[in-house]
Amino acid sequence: MDNTLLILGAFGAILILVILITVFRVITLVDVAKGSDKKRASGSNFNNALLMPIFGLLFLGGIFYYSWASFEDYKLPVASDHGVKTDELFWITMLVTGGVFVITHILLFWYSWRYRFSEKKKALFYPDNTKLELAWTIVPAIALTVLILSGLFVWNDITADAPEDAINIEVMGYQFAWGVRYPGNDGELGDYNYQLIDNTNSFGVNFNDKAALDDFMPLKLVIPKDTPINLNIRARDVLHSVFLPHFRVKMDAVPGMPTNFHFVATKTTDEVRSETKNPDFKYEMACTEICGRGHFSMRLEVEVLTKEEYKKWASEQKTWVNMNQDYFTEGNGKRFELPKLAEEGQENEEKLSVNAAL
Amino acid sequence: MSEIKTQNVHIDSHEEHHDDHAHHETFISKYIFTTDHKMIGKQFLMTGIFWALIGGALSLIFRIQLGFPEADISWMRPMLGEWITPEGRLDPEFYLALVTMHGTIMVFFVLTAGLSGTFSNFLIPLQIGARDMASGFMNMLSYWFFFASSVVMFSSLFIETGPAAGGWVVYPPLSALEQAIPGSGLGMTMWLVAMALFIVSTLLGGINYITTVINLRTEGMSFSRLPLTIWAFFITAVIGLLSFPVLFAAALLLIFDRSFGTAFYLSDIYIGGEALPQQGGSPVLYQHLFWFLGHPEVYIVIMPAFGITSEVISTNARKPIFGYRAMVGSLLGIAFLSFIVWAHHMFVSGMDPFLGSVFMLLTLVIAVPSAVKVFNYLTTLWKGNIVFTPGMLFSIGLVSLFISGGLTGIFLGNSAIDIQLHDTYFVVAHFHLVMGSAAFFGMMAGVYHWFPKMFGRMINAKLGYVHFWLTFAGVYLVFFPMHYIGIAGFPRRYYTWSSFETFSNIFQDLNAFVTIAAIITFAAQFIFLFNFFYSIYRGRRAPQNPWHSNTLEWTTPIEPGHGNWPGAIPTVYRWPYDYSKPGAADDYIPQTVPYSETPESNTDFENELAALEKESGVEEVDETKE
Ligand code: HEM
Ligand SMILES: [Cu+2]
Ligand SMILES: [Cu+2]
Repeated sequence: MDNTLLILGAFGAILILVILITVFRVITLVDVAKGSDKKRASGSNFNNALLMPIFGLLFLGGIFYYSWASFEDYKLPVASDHGVKTDELFWITMLVTGGVFVITHILLFWYSWRYRFSEKKKALFYPDNTKLELAWTIVPAIALTVLILSGLFVWNDITADAPEDAINIEVMGYQFAWGVRYPGNDGELGDYNYQLIDNTNSFGVNFNDKAALDDFMPLKLVIPKDTPINLNIRARDVLHSVFLPHFRVKMDAVPGMPTNFHFVATKTTDEVRSETKNPDFKYEMACTEICGRGHFSMRLEVEVLTKEEYKKWASEQKTWVNMNQDYFTEGNGKRFELPKLAEEGQENEEKLSVNAAL
Repeated sequence: MSEIKTQNVHIDSHEEHHDDHAHHETFISKYIFTTDHKMIGKQFLMTGIFWALIGGALSLIFRIQLGFPEADISWMRPMLGEWITPEGRLDPEFYLALVTMHGTIMVFFVLTAGLSGTFSNFLIPLQIGARDMASGFMNMLSYWFFFASSVVMFSSLFIETGPAAGGWVVYPPLSALEQAIPGSGLGMTMWLVAMALFIVSTLLGGINYITTVINLRTEGMSFSRLPLTIWAFFITAVIGLLSFPVLFAAALLLIFDRSFGTAFYLSDIYIGGEALPQQGGSPVLYQHLFWFLGHPEVYIVIMPAFGITSEVISTNARKPIFGYRAMVGSLLGIAFLSFIVWAHHMFVSGMDPFLGSVFMLLTLVIAVPSAVKVFNYLTTLWKGNIVFTPGMLFSIGLVSLFISGGLTGIFLGNSAIDIQLHDTYFVVAHFHLVMGSAAFFGMMAGVYHWFPKMFGRMINAKLGYVHFWLTFAGVYLVFFPMHYIGIAGFPRRYYTWSSFETFSNIFQDLNAFVTIAAIITFAAQFIFLFNFFYSIYRGRRAPQNPWHSNTLEWTTPIEPGHGNWPGAIPTVYRWPYDYSKPGAADDYIPQTVPYSETPESNTDFENELAALEKESGVEEVDETKE
């Protein structure tokens, strides 16, 4: 089977080679017969010149047609405050650069046709024109300045410190999944240290820190609408990158260097479902920094709820401590001083269930 | 004055050299350990072509995966062995290795060594009027270091754990930790060794190009009379000299981190069930170092292509290049700016957002000189008398590709927009058009244009036209659709997108289309390959100056020997772009024609120069013409 393939391949290659040699010979002979090898520009020059505007038409036409026809496919719904602004910048830039693109290409293909070689003509000796050159240095410079400035304002807003009332949620990337951790009732994420990581405590949370006791770690990222969310992003093995395409959010997850990104979601999952008429719509988080074998599969489901729904959901979540009581009684977790903390008394005793863990 | 004297001394000593060499030139000294710049240039070209085929073939394998993820590709097993899973699918790790090696090979081995190495070597002495490079021996070393580097990189494709697989940028910790991906074991070690050798090769070559251009220009060849090719090669070499050592340092520190337990780039890592002891390093540091080379590198790739295009467009539009000074100025401007925009690759790497603002500003500034170049090319075509040689077609193609790809840079350079586009297929579209395809077209333009000088024969033009049109349509069909895929958010370096609902059910047909276009475009390159090799032996004999060009290389014998000019080196009297000068009988005046011989076409200022020529008695004047 493999051998027949090889023989067929070799046979095909030889065939193609023979064809090419024949074509080469024929072209050479015809050129000599016509004397076009002596001419500055043979009939091919006309053909090549003509192909230029034809190519240009097909090219620009094709782009406009496809951009129009498949708009629904590549237009990704936007569901965050700042995303609306960056999309706007995107389309403004598209307008400006699109104009330049079309004009320069029309000139390029038109000139190629219009100024094709002729024995009778002589080209214009036109080595420079300072005014013209100044003009096309300054005009793009101004256009770019406008683009830069509008970009700068948006960028500064996006990257400003997170508002005080933002909900801090931790996102941790590892080969090959995402973990999320919520601060619980105290609104504060507990300390962590990578040296505390083990099979169960995959975040390396330091349970000697009181703030950690009410942290919970659900299997998907759930956030309320119209509320500032501050993602505290980190990685525990190699680089990853948090990508929330619908929210126009992207930020690398770096081992040893926590990063963050804050944003406000503007549409609940249900709202997008009815908007796109797709009852199965789900927000997703992807990884956009190459991280190894499973890079393409680092998916996390994301759900946006109304504020009320979110409150309800959050109050139903069990703390990690509660869910992993064995860890503290039998596992590695014995090293933490939960008993002491429990004695000091916690406000939300039954939820924390520290006592239960003992 | 003293410069000219040393020049003469050099010429004399070389001529003697030349003579007694010619007699006992063996196969080895002529084709293998040669110190002749022309042969070294051809060596770089042949090796570059070899690498282009490998790099292209690798890309077809992963394109098949992306276009037809469900296809049974067991038929590749004789070639890829264990990298095809028992179910007949591509192994996801090998997918990453393919992407990594494709990028590394194309950027460094094809578009840096294959392009700069070929044309800087071949053209610098010929176009500035020198017998050879400043140091033929170093030049030979430069090739053989490149060869050694190639051997190591090529071997790494066949080792059991696979070649490096962390992307062509090889960011640590992924590239530092074998536990993270098997390719980061021996494969990565070989990658680093190969790159170290490669950098040595580049530096040896670069020092030579710079020295040669500064010191060995023939009489009259002032900097303001240099062809734009030489300007481009010269500036490229300077950029390389300043940036490659930084990559060397980055690689060296990575070697330390990998093998000697240091922590330049590593910190707080838990992997394979254990917490590593390294603390305090920063993966972001590596990114800064890498892109400090990486961004200049992309200009190292495109600038020689600019140089070639300028030369070819001017020659074949039969017009002086428009705005010679602006063309040189924009090259210098781009060169300078290319060193201070690197962090635009890192807007969302976690670096200080304020730095992001600064780099956004600088990045968009670099678009200005790039725009100037495009406008100048267009104006050079305007009212020209255009001869469409294959070289000219590829040059026009370059201009188009550079516009298309350059404009998307303006999206990416805006950090606010880049948040969404970073590491999506939009970036892939951007750099394959502006760098990959444009530089490839520049390289092809150069090969077609200087083929007669390289091999003394003409390459078949008609096959060249077919090659051009198929390739031009092909690269657009391959890379333009990637914009849409990128705007839809598809991340790059993904083995498949089917794990995500957001990226499923759309564009699978478009991806299949891209794959088919890629296969056809790749196949079209065999027309070129055939034409190239067949014409070396069977092409029509080249005339002395096939394109009616002004530059010095066309004053050498049709097949120049070692030393380039049999007699004295010609003197240069004018710039290289006197095409279609009003008053002149022909539509070109070579650089070797003194102003005193062309009173009919001289400007007032040039008449003054002609008088100076007379005074110094360099050349007898044809009085009758006056
Ligand atoms: C018009 C001026 C240009 C601007 C403003 C620009 C801007 C950018 C930016 C901001 C990125 C980073 C995108 C990202 O990763 O999110 C990028 C990527 C890239 N650019 Fe450009 N660019 C320009 C021209 C060029 C040219 C002339 C070349 C090469 C000849 C080039 C080659 C590349 C490459 C290779 C990458 C991707 C590297 C990678 O991530 O693998 N660019 N460009
Ligand atoms: Cu990843
Ligand atoms: Cu860059």
